[in-house]
Amino acid sequence: MMDLGPHAAFIWMSYGVVIGGLAALVLWLIHDGRKQQAVLDDFEARGITRRSAQSGGTE
Amino acid sequence: MLRFANPTWFMNFSARLLPWLVGLTALLFAIGLYMSFFTAPPDYQQGETVRIMFIHVPSAWLAMMCYGLIAVSSIGLLVWRHPLADVSAKAAAPIGAVFTFTALVTGSLWGKPMWGTYWVWDARLTSVLILFFLYLGLIALRNAIDDEVQAGKLSAILALVGTVILPIIKFSVNWWNTLHQPASVMRMGGSTLHSSILYPLLVMAVAFTVLFFALHMKAMRNEILRRRVAALRITQVDEAMTPQAAE
Repeated sequence: MMDLGPHAAFIWMSYGVVIGGLAALVLWLIHDGRKQQAVLDDFEARGITRRSAQSGGTE
Repeated sequence: MLRFANPTWFMNFSARLLPWLVGLTALLFAIGLYMSFFTAPPDYQQGETVRIMFIHVPSAWLAMMCYGLIAVSSIGLLVWRHPLADVSAKAAAPIGAVFTFTALVTGSLWGKPMWGTYWVWDARLTSVLILFFLYLGLIALRNAIDDEVQAGKLSAILALVGTVILPIIKFSVNWWNTLHQPASVMRMGGSTLHSSILYPLLVMAVAFTVLFFALHMKAMRNEILRRRVAALRITQVDEAMTPQAAE
């Protein structure tokens, strides 16, 4: 491991907080997206679709 | 212009663009982190702790830029009443909160070895803390109101009132005597940083910015899906009620 001097702990903790915070955000976004998509797929499987999707409109 | 602000068009466009943004983010972070740890020399005063700057400064920039985006989106909602503007504002708030949080924590961890303290109530640090609370306030306000339209309008008004914090954060180091150093990159007369420190910082700043747009795009996609789910639930209730009404 590279020598970051006497304050190495502060440097590693800083990078750890940023990586941890951003990783948590990415995981939450992926989980949330999958959850919403699963509910939408369930609706479509039961034949409940958006009116715009039925008419081929844009929203 | 309206074509670009159409949710269905946005879903199709973002589905194609998002993988490229993710790839570009990974590439930029690989280059930026290599430069941050292997090409940037220790600072003559701060030593190795200058490497915290490569994540602290981009986090702080993104914290402010994200709030600016929320403000612009809020204008889009209040003036043009466009639903995609509201989606943009709502999706950006948690991302901005995370960037503000990381800016605060990394600044604190940089401050301890350099200033001898994790925290001081100076104008820059305090104004960024207020920005963090503003983000939390926007998220809480959204969650507190069930009516999506009403929540969007009230959040937009709060966001626009809160924009007063942006110039205060930017110029706090000039207006008041602060422990935080004055601007050294975006300032009149050019950057005071040596190129060996400035270039890694700029690469990391671009990496953070591309990451932000990728995260925002994904969060907007999730929010559009959430609204479609809500619309389908209403459709389901309507369909369930229709036979009863006929009877």
